Amino acid sequence: MDTFFSTYAWPAIVMIGQSLLLLVCLLVFIAYILLADRKIWAAVQLRRGPNVVGPFGLFQSFADLLKFVFKEPIIPAGANKGVFLLAPLVSVTLALATWAVIPFNTNWVIANINVGLLYVFAISSLEVYGIIMSGWASNSKYAFLGALRSAAQMVSYEVSIGFVIVTVLLCVGSLNLSDIVYAQSTGLGTMLGMPSSFLDWHFIPLFPMFIVFFISGLAETNRPPFDLPEAESELVAGYMVEYSSAPYMMLMLGEYAAILLICSLTTILFLGGWLPPVDFWLINWVPGIIWFILKVGLIFFGYAMVKAFVPRYRYDQLMRLGWKVFLPLSLVMVIITAFVLKLTGWA
Amino acid sequence: MGLQAIFFYLFAFVAVASAFMVISAKNPVHSVLFLILVFFNAAGLFLLTGAEFLAMILLVVYIGAVAVLFLFVVMMLDIDFAELRSGVLQYAPVGVLIGLIVAAELIVVIGGSVLTPQASQAITMPIPNPAQRTNTAALGDVLYTNYVYFFQIAGMVLLVAMIGAIVLTLRHRQHIKRQDISRQVARTPATAVDVVKVKSGQGL
Repeated sequence: MDTFFSTYAWPAIVMIGQSLLLLVCLLVFIAYILLADRKIWAAVQLRRGPNVVGPFGLFQSFADLLKFVFKEPIIPAGANKGVFLLAPLVSVTLALATWAVIPFNTNWVIANINVGLLYVFAISSLEVYGIIMSGWASNSKYAFLGALRSAAQMVSYEVSIGFVIVTVLLCVGSLNLSDIVYAQSTGLGTMLGMPSSFLDWHFIPLFPMFIVFFISGLAETNRPPFDLPEAESELVAGYMVEYSSAPYMMLMLGEYAAILLICSLTTILFLGGWLPPVDFWLINWVPGIIWFILKVGLIFFGYAMVKAFVPRYRYDQLMRLGWKVFLPLSLVMVIITAFVLKLTGWA
Repeated sequence: MGLQAIFFYLFAFVAVASAFMVISAKNPVHSVLFLILVFFNAAGLFLLTGAEFLAMILLVVYIGAVAVLFLFVVMMLDIDFAELRSGVLQYAPVGVLIGLIVAAELIVVIGGSVLTPQASQAITMPIPNPAQRTNTAALGDVLYTNYVYFFQIAGMVLLVAMIGAIVLTLRHRQHIKRQDISRQVARTPATAVDVVKVKSGQGL
C-alpha cells in the first residue's frame, strides 16, 4: 500500500495539481487577453471598448462567461447532434492539451518530453478538426463554407510553419522546448564577446523566419487578416453560425487558447523564452515567468494591432501568400541555414 | 508496470472498438471520425513502446493531413447511405481473406520472436538505449547514412506522384480575371489616370 502511494498515487496527485494550476492560470490569462484584444482594437478606432463591468471593464470577460453559461444552448433541428456538441469539446481540449509541454521557466513544465516541439505541431494541426466538425455538423451552408475555407487555410500554412520549425531545429539540434530556450543563451551576441543578452535570441539570425512564423501563426489561428473561416461580412460567423451559449464559448476559448499558444511558441522559438533581455543584476533578479509573460504579451499586442488595422485578405491572395511566397521562402531558408551551419561548424 | 498495462489495455480496447465502429457506423463521416480515433490510440500505443517520434509523426501525417482530406472527400460526396450499405456482404469474403493474411503474418512475426528470442539481438542495426540517444536522433542516424539513397528515392517518387496529380487536374481556364501583382504595383498615376478637361455644357 505504501509503495502504491509513493509510486502511483502521489505522482498522480502532483500531476493533476500542476495541470489544474496551469489550467486556472491559463483561463484567467485568456480572459484578460480577450479583454486586451478588445481594448486595443477599441483604442485604435478611438473607442473606449468594454468599460462598464468593474474598474476599466476589468471583469468584462467574467461577465461574458456568466452570460454564455446561463443562456440556452440551441441545437438546430437538422444538425448532427453528437458531432455538433463534440466539436467545441474537441477544439477546446486540443487547444488546452498543448500547454502541457510549454516551459514557462526553468523546469516549469508539466511534461518535459523529447519531442515537445513535434507534439505542439501535431496537436495544433489537429485543431482543424474542431472547425471541420462544427461546420459539417451544423448542417448550414455558411458554416460549411467556413469549415471548407479553414481546412484549406490551416493545412496550407502548416507547411510553412513546419519549415520554420525545421530551421530552428537545425540551429538547436533538439526537439525539446526547454533545450531550444537554453540554446538561445548563447548566440550572435556571445560570439561577438558580449555577455548573453537579447542579441543571442533566434529572431536576429533567423529574422525572415520570425516574420514568416508570425504571419503563418495569424493564418493558423484564423486571426484577422486571415479570418476567412469566420468572415462576418460574408459568412456571418462561418463555422460558428449555429452555435450559442456554452458551446459557442468553448469554440471561442479554444480559439484564444490556440492564439496564446502560437504567441508562446514564437516566444520560445525566437525570443528566448524566459531568458532576461540583458545580463544585469536587477534584470536577472526578475523571475523568468515575468519575462515569458511580457514577451507573450508583446507578440499578442502585435496580433491585436494587426487585427485592428489590416484589411481581410481575399481567398486567392491567402493561398498565393501561403504556397507561392512563404513555402519557397522558408524552403530556401532551410537550405541556407543548413549550409551556413555546416560550413561554419556552428551546429 | 501496472500503470503502463492499464494504459495499454485502454488504448488497445478503444482502438479495436473504434475500428469496429469504422466499418459498422451508418454515416460515413462518423466512420472517418472513428478512424481518426483509431489513429489516435495507435499513436498512444506507439508512445507506450517508447517510439515517441513515430507517435508524433502518426499524429501529424495521418491525423493532421491524410484524415483531413478523407473527411473532406466524404463530406463533399453526395452519398446514398442505403445504397452504400446494400453491397456490404458481397465484399465480406475479400475482407476476411485480407484479415486472415494479416493475422498469419502477425503470428509468424510474434511466433518467431517467441521461439528464438536471440534473433532480435542479432539485428544489424540495434536500437540504441533511449536514455542515451533520443528516438528522433536514432532514426536520423540510420535514415540519413545507410539508407540515404532509398530515402531520396522515396522523396522522388512522392514528388512525381504530386506533379502527376497536378498535371492530371490542372485546367487553365481562359476567360477568368487573374491578379497580376507586379503589373498592379507597376501602375503609376501617369499610366492609370487620364485627366480630361471637360467644357461645361458640352460633355465629352
